[in-house]
Amino acid sequence: MSCIIIKNGRVIDPANQVDTVTDLVLENGKIANLQTVSKPPADTTVIDATDRIVSPGLIDIHVHFREPGQEEKETIATGSAAAVAGGFTSVCCMPNTNPALDDDGRIEFVYHQAARANLANVFPVGAITKGREGKELAEIGLMARAGSVGFTDDGCAVASAGVMAKALNYIQMTGKVVMQHCEDPELGGGVMNAGTLSTKLGLKGWPRVAEELIIQRDILLNQGIGARYHVQHLSSGGSVEIIRRARQDLFGQAHVTAEASPHHLLLTEEGCANYDTHYKMNPPLRQKHDIEALRQGIKDGVITILATDHAPHTNEEKSLEFAAAPYGIIGLECALPLYVEALIESETIDWPAMLAMMTNQPAELCPLPGKGTFSVGADADVTIIDPKHSWTIDVDQFAGKSRNCPFHGRKVNSRAMTTIVGGQIKFNLDPDRVK
Amino acid sequence: MTPPDSAPKYTWRHRHLLGLEELSADDLRFLFRTARGFEEVSTRSVKKVPALRGKVVVNLFFEDSTRTRSSFHLAASRLSADVLELAGKGSSMSKGETLTDTARNIEAMGVDIIVCRHNQSGAARHLAQAVNCNVVNAGDGQHEHPTQGLLDIFTLCKRWGLDDTFDLTGKTVAIVGDIAHSRVARSNIYGLRTLGAKIILVGPPTLLPQSFKDLGCEISHDLDQVLGRVDAVNMLRIQFERMTSQFFPSVREYATMFGLTAKRIKLAKPDLLVMHPGPINRGMELDAAVADGPNSAILEQVTNGLAIRMAALFLVINAKP
Repeated sequence: MSCIIIKNGRVIDPANQVDTVTDLVLENGKIANLQTVSKPPADTTVIDATDRIVSPGLIDIHVHFREPGQEEKETIATGSAAAVAGGFTSVCCMPNTNPALDDDGRIEFVYHQAARANLANVFPVGAITKGREGKELAEIGLMARAGSVGFTDDGCAVASAGVMAKALNYIQMTGKVVMQHCEDPELGGGVMNAGTLSTKLGLKGWPRVAEELIIQRDILLNQGIGARYHVQHLSSGGSVEIIRRARQDLFGQAHVTAEASPHHLLLTEEGCANYDTHYKMNPPLRQKHDIEALRQGIKDGVITILATDHAPHTNEEKSLEFAAAPYGIIGLECALPLYVEALIESETIDWPAMLAMMTNQPAELCPLPGKGTFSVGADADVTIIDPKHSWTIDVDQFAGKSRNCPFHGRKVNSRAMTTIVGGQIKFNLDPDRVK
Repeated sequence: MTPPDSAPKYTWRHRHLLGLEELSADDLRFLFRTARGFEEVSTRSVKKVPALRGKVVVNLFFEDSTRTRSSFHLAASRLSADVLELAGKGSSMSKGETLTDTARNIEAMGVDIIVCRHNQSGAARHLAQAVNCNVVNAGDGQHEHPTQGLLDIFTLCKRWGLDDTFDLTGKTVAIVGDIAHSRVARSNIYGLRTLGAKIILVGPPTLLPQSFKDLGCEISHDLDQVLGRVDAVNMLRIQFERMTSQFFPSVREYATMFGLTAKRIKLAKPDLLVMHPGPINRGMELDAAVADGPNSAILEQVTNGLAIRMAALFLVINAKP
């Protein structure tokens, strides 16, 4: 019988409204109980969590692991290593691989590769349309049976209203979540926020309306269908208001959720001023007032999920000219302290509210049974956090394969110290505390 | 060369000429005075000075160009530099070699100045960060075309007899046409504003985003209303090659609404100066009668470009940062 006791930590379990200093017992890969253990039995691993936060394993429902097809950027193994190094025990990987994850065989492939890597739980999200071309529905039913936890054409939106209506209707049958990358391709497609700065730089703009229009359209399409509709990586303050209204108007019946990423909560378009491609992402970085609206949306419960959109690219690609370089930023290994900076240090929300956005709320969305909670019998996925650990983000220390991160060199104030997945320690910066 | 009398302690500090946005009024005036000094060289029987003897200038052009390329070539030759002509095609993506690699390879041949034309905004800055030699931007995407902006303003100053002060306070210049896609417009806007001119941008809203107001310009969609209020008009070329979708209904409609015709020019002040960065789509933005008429300064622009480019090459290599 394998047993781990995590002693004397501040245990925060948002799913069960727990926030108390106690011990957590893991047995045989499951949560056994949550109470002070005075005498640990022999052959038990004891982790001293004094002054640490003990959270259900963090979940990131939006990552790109690039396998199959772009293994030079990331693989499921290197991505999993990055996940546990950042405190994430479960991730959902997007289907914009090459070929796309658009049939049951490819969904199974992801599970196989994740099992081989044996680090984090990796849940594939299947494509909505074949080849992510936005034309014909992919084999959604078969993918759902193979374990696809949701559906998206992420990287681009399902642009056609007709196809999207069909997708919402069909996916609703499976009970899975429909995740949308909200970008009207005819209005979007620019390389940075549309405005004065893009005009000065002579770069094509990607206006807020390209995002807002798709969100509003999809909410209208989904009326009477009632699929679980989730908006990925919000960038515009106006989008927050559209979602807020939808959640109010329909008397709480609207199945609309949304996620925000670390970069959209901290960075503005000003980063692009010197044509630095590390600040090129999709949707683009916007302005101060958008950051404020996103934070307010989090405070008010309009945005209920935090997700990184971890998007690795090689240095060679990122050193192309701004318009030619690919969109994206890696996020897994520095997301936690960045969320802390954006949301806790700014006094927007507190630790339990923030951890809810990274544990039970994403687990309920997909859903991921047994994840994101310390309920007895749940999977023994645990993240032990030092909320006062000061360190400097250094991409050269990252476990993942790529280095495209504008936060390199930033001083931050918290860190995932120990990551336990299924009752096994997968990452640990605190060897002295493990006995 | 005439030293600037107004600013005796002035020093040119720019190792690269990437855009007019980063140049002060003193910088612009110093460059114009340097160009003034070089103009005389072109009138000699032996059209050469040894200012850049032993230096190597490379014309690295990733986009087609006739006049800018030959103007830089000639300017470098008149300064006695060795000139290397290199052509690339499209973005570095299609070439399989990054712009940085290309530039470093060229630099490794012992080049002193890279003159770069590229279809991507920011390419010149990208280059300047990658190499140790001097970089002169000969047009980067839709961002800036500093030497074109300089020669346009230089032409205006000379025609207006302001080539001692280079102060454009009280003058109004209209820039007409495809502002959105134009690097020439952006460079003109920065330079003209810095020297005190008022700018009115004219074009259909699809080619003239409202954000140009934030650059300190007035915006108009009615050329007839604007013509009587301006001292010069810079007619931009419609850049079909940069248009990824339809920006106006037809050439006929555009020419009717925004073309400078012989009839329309009667609405302007008699001494209106007409400029065009070339090549002209005759009959579209400009009637032949106007392009070749008495108001036209188009060929002077070309002539002045030579002195401006001599000055630019000379100054960047002698910069004291």
